[in-house]
Amino acid sequence: MEAINKFNGVVCPLNRANIDTDQIIPKQFLKRIERQGFGQYVFHHWRFDDEGNKREDFIMNQTQYENAEILVAGENFGCGSSREHAPWALLDYGFRVVIAPSFADIFYNNCVKNGILAIRLTEEEVEELMKKAEEPGYRLFVNLKDQDVFDRKGFVAEFDIDPYWKEMLLNGWDEIAVTLNLEDNIKKYEEKIAAGK
Amino acid sequence: MAPKTIIEKIWEQHIVHQEEGKPDLLYIDLHLVHEVTSPQAFEGLRMNNRRVRRPDLTYATMDHNVPTVNRNVINDPISKTQMSTLEQNCKEFGIELADINHPDQGIVHVIGPELGLTQPGKTIVCGDSHTSTHGAFGALAFGIGTSEVEHVLATQTLWQTKPKTLQVKVTGELGFGVTAKDLILAVIAKYGVNAGTGHIIEYTGEAIQNLSMEERMTVCNMSIEAGARAGLISPDEKTVEYLRGRRYAPQGEEFDKAAAYWLSLATDEGAEYDRTLEIKGEEIEPQVTWGTNPSMGSGISASVPTPSQFEREADRESVARALEYMGLEAGTKLEDIAVDYVFIGSCTNSRLSDLRAAAQVAKGRKVQEGVTAIVVPGSQTVKKAAEEEGLDKVFTEAGFEWRESGCSMCLAMNDDIVPSGKRCASTSNRNFEGRQGNGSKTHLVSPQMAAAAAVTGKFTDVRKLAEVHQ
Repeated sequence: MEAINKFNGVVCPLNRANIDTDQIIPKQFLKRIERQGFGQYVFHHWRFDDEGNKREDFIMNQTQYENAEILVAGENFGCGSSREHAPWALLDYGFRVVIAPSFADIFYNNCVKNGILAIRLTEEEVEELMKKAEEPGYRLFVNLKDQDVFDRKGFVAEFDIDPYWKEMLLNGWDEIAVTLNLEDNIKKYEEKIAAGK
Repeated sequence: MAPKTIIEKIWEQHIVHQEEGKPDLLYIDLHLVHEVTSPQAFEGLRMNNRRVRRPDLTYATMDHNVPTVNRNVINDPISKTQMSTLEQNCKEFGIELADINHPDQGIVHVIGPELGLTQPGKTIVCGDSHTSTHGAFGALAFGIGTSEVEHVLATQTLWQTKPKTLQVKVTGELGFGVTAKDLILAVIAKYGVNAGTGHIIEYTGEAIQNLSMEERMTVCNMSIEAGARAGLISPDEKTVEYLRGRRYAPQGEEFDKAAAYWLSLATDEGAEYDRTLEIKGEEIEPQVTWGTNPSMGSGISASVPTPSQFEREADRESVARALEYMGLEAGTKLEDIAVDYVFIGSCTNSRLSDLRAAAQVAKGRKVQEGVTAIVVPGSQTVKKAAEEEGLDKVFTEAGFEWRESGCSMCLAMNDDIVPSGKRCASTSNRNFEGRQGNGSKTHLVSPQMAAAAAVTGKFTDVRKLAEVHQ
């Protein structure tokens, strides 16, 4: 996983609540056995019509958001299926940061494991960002170490993150390697359980 | 000692490592694996030269992609690759696999309990959000992503921040014709799709205690649709009796010892939860969803709502959007909505009791002309048992198709797809846009209500179909 600390990018506002992972990556694209290459399918049925033509009215298809790297969405983002293909698709498409008032639990974990920074802001802050992001080229700056986001015009918002996940994202750790360092503890636990039987 | 909930008891027993400022490292007792969310995890192991730590605590099957008409005809080469990849991975890493032609094959959340792999007090994970199903046994069971699948394969542990506890208390009794599916749909309709976010639910109350094990699985299955990490029910004598004699359950004296332990896990009298939500069993009607998430539903006697009925602007927008997608006019009576497809199956409602309930409604009736109705048993074991009782005949004589086991039309990864614009009464768990096929319109219902829709061609209050009266 790639480490992340300071990041800035154009913001795309996707003003819908309860966006489920079936929308982020529809099931017909889950059959690949690789982690890469899912970006082309992100929000497929919202971006393209049945004939495969771009839907011009969908926000991500508008020229000003073509190179967006920060996605702002409504509450309970990423609900539904546990498919990690959803964060893989967002990342592969170019979104490194997702901001919402709340995230579904499994989706949030899946983001952390892939170096996507999922930021919870208040509903009011998210609403304000959605409005600001209507301005072409609107860019947001993220600083994970300081746990804040800001723009050039004085908008600042702080966010909470579990200290452990923060360390992990800042360092781009391989979590399995971290856990395997605790091999002795795992072994002891297994011995204790076996003895109890 | 202070009284504890079953959630706290299981959690504490599984802590391998605990450190201030970090999530807990939890031991995982059972890891279920399927073909869709595992290939990248096995590939990760290979790339890093890692092994599967406990193949004996891992069990795999194929369910998401499998064809339900002819087992040997897999039309999609990518589906085929995904299945053969699982086969190779299981061989390479020494994992037991119930493959497509295996007599134990079935939906992972149906076969776990059937085989007795699912047991009270276990931590159970699977790369599938409906893993919460196993909570019916008083297990702590939750869905994980592929990176976590890889982590469990390599270490048999997971880093988990302890969620809060949420009691969902269902008091009183369920009325005639009201099922476990209606119960959970009503809870979600009342409290919303993120009522349980950051929480583990324990379902309590008389109406829950009265449910059979299969009905409890239906309730726990949809915990994730309320946003919860997991949902469980304290074990009781029904739990013990269900597991007695199952292949992977303890046998003989060991079983009695295990049973005593299982019963000791039940939440202590006076234990406290972070939050409690309540619903009265008597207020629940047979449910039908009308929108594009599982909370957008109501009792069958209601009508499609008007967006302006909702207080929050975000809800008004979501409802308006949902009605547009679903092609429904506000104010239409739910009983006036005609269906094109009926799907009876999925990890929510594909067990023997579900099929019996649907067959009871279908018996002696005919699927309406123009309606395609399919019944997909949850496992080969369910299929065989149903056939021994003649349920397959009841269904086929009524005009339903009788299929092989798998996830099928719940998520339409195989060939069982609801065509664009068509409306389906489905016993599955998600009515998201395009879930059953691009442009498909899903209404979630119980098996009885699905069968009633098939034979009347529209949503019908199953309580009105006289023959189901005992």
